[in-house]
Amino acid sequence: MTTEVTTQAVPAGNGKQSPLNAGSTTTIRPLVDIFETAEGITLHADMPGVSKDGLNLRVEGTNLLVEGTIGIVPDQQMSALHADIRSTLYRRSFVLGGELEAEKIDANLKDGILTVRIPKRPELRPRKIEVSS
Amino acid sequence: MFGSLYSQNPLLAQFRRLEEELDEVFGSSTSWAGGIRSLPPGTFPAINVGSTEDCVTVYLFAPGIDAKKLDIAIQQNLLTVSGEREIPHDEKATYYRQERSGGEFRRVVILPDDVDPDRVEASYRDGVVQIAVRRRESARPRQIAIR
Repeated sequence: MTTEVTTQAVPAGNGKQSPLNAGSTTTIRPLVDIFETAEGITLHADMPGVSKDGLNLRVEGTNLLVEGTIGIVPDQQMSALHADIRSTLYRRSFVLGGELEAEKIDANLKDGILTVRIPKRPELRPRKIEVSS
Repeated sequence: MFGSLYSQNPLLAQFRRLEEELDEVFGSSTSWAGGIRSLPPGTFPAINVGSTEDCVTVYLFAPGIDAKKLDIAIQQNLLTVSGEREIPHDEKATYYRQERSGGEFRRVVILPDDVDPDRVEASYRDGVVQIAVRRRESARPRQIAIR
């Protein structure tokens, strides 16, 4: 099982910020699908704009941290006419249960979708129990 | 980057804040990019529009779509993008969260009046559709020499 932790976005740099650049320190919470099969847990996260180089996936203790930076670099002269996306950093973290093998996590990033597979420990996978008559 | 696009221009940031307040009161009908055709916040895909002297660029944050099936049309300064996003569903799995949305989508963006509908370039990378529309030469700022 995974449980989500709500984390406060930590302002980058020296922590000094004016209300006008608040947009540059807030993070985007990527939308996810999480499902479980007999083998383990799979997580899909929408992170459009993030390439492999911009992705940061970390396990800290029982925490899985998903972080990614949008790599699109617009023209220096460009001004925004409209912006649904107002930050370049995606961040979200999850708590992994002890039955999951955090050291065997497999991750893949394609077309802005991150797929993370976390296998269950073999001894904890569901077994069918035969009933003897 | 997109955050800083806003922060660099205090007036624009203030305007955006006002717009957000208006959005809260009146719904999102005041959103610039789509006008009366704009969709509620959080609609897939998210859109950013950036402008320079010679080009207007539209970014659609559409992860996992088939770019070949994307339909991009421009009529005067009205840009329409439609497509479909398929999210495979594992029937045998137990789902805990399903926040991502799939299915057909269609978004309309009103571009500035001086764009040239004949000079449009589109690309798809890392889940972002980038559509660049050139502005007409005649509309660009020019230096006028005093004789």
